[in-house]
Amino acid sequence: MILFAMQVSHFAAAFTFSLFASVVFGITQRPTPREMLRYGAYCFGVFMIGMFIAGWIMWILHH
Amino acid sequence: MANSETTSPARPTAAAAQAGSMALLAPAVAWLIPGAGHLIQKRWIRGLLLMVSIVLMFSLGLAMSGKIYKPNTGDLLDILGFVGDVGAGGLYILGRMMDWGNTAIAFATADYGTKFIVVSGLLNVMAAVDAYHIAIGKKP
Repeated sequence: MILFAMQVSHFAAAFTFSLFASVVFGITQRPTPREMLRYGAYCFGVFMIGMFIAGWIMWILHH
Repeated sequence: MANSETTSPARPTAAAAQAGSMALLAPAVAWLIPGAGHLIQKRWIRGLLLMVSIVLMFSLGLAMSGKIYKPNTGDLLDILGFVGDVGAGGLYILGRMMDWGNTAIAFATADYGTKFIVVSGLLNVMAAVDAYHIAIGKKP
């Protein structure tokens, strides 16, 4: 049963995915709140940079 | 004096028993309700953040018409999809009971949604393992 068909862009989907995954990675992979925050921000940054790099690689391969 | 001598050896045993039961209870509760394994150990902020992240990810996956995998013995990716989905615990059970989710992935957003649902299950497993580590004292 489909509740409703929400349409999102690839960027919006990747952004929300990165945000939630980074929160969980930060909390579960580091012992102290300060380190959790730093590691969560690091993961989010890596997700975002990786997404842009992958996007440009796909654009170059396509053209 | 004699009283303290007779009661002190029992205290570590009681504390160990409590820690032992929490080591079983915390991951089980964490699997069933995302973030609850941290909440029952009074890690309020961590528990709430985990709960919001995992529940929202699962809900967004459903809203994007993602697919909830059923137990299957077919394609390897379908089997792995089921394994990931089951990690969401109570959310997966609720989704199956209410027959939520798409049956066929026909467009890109539905594919994103399916991945959201699978990954929310995997993240919930990570949260359950973390709750276990807190219960056994490996993590503060």
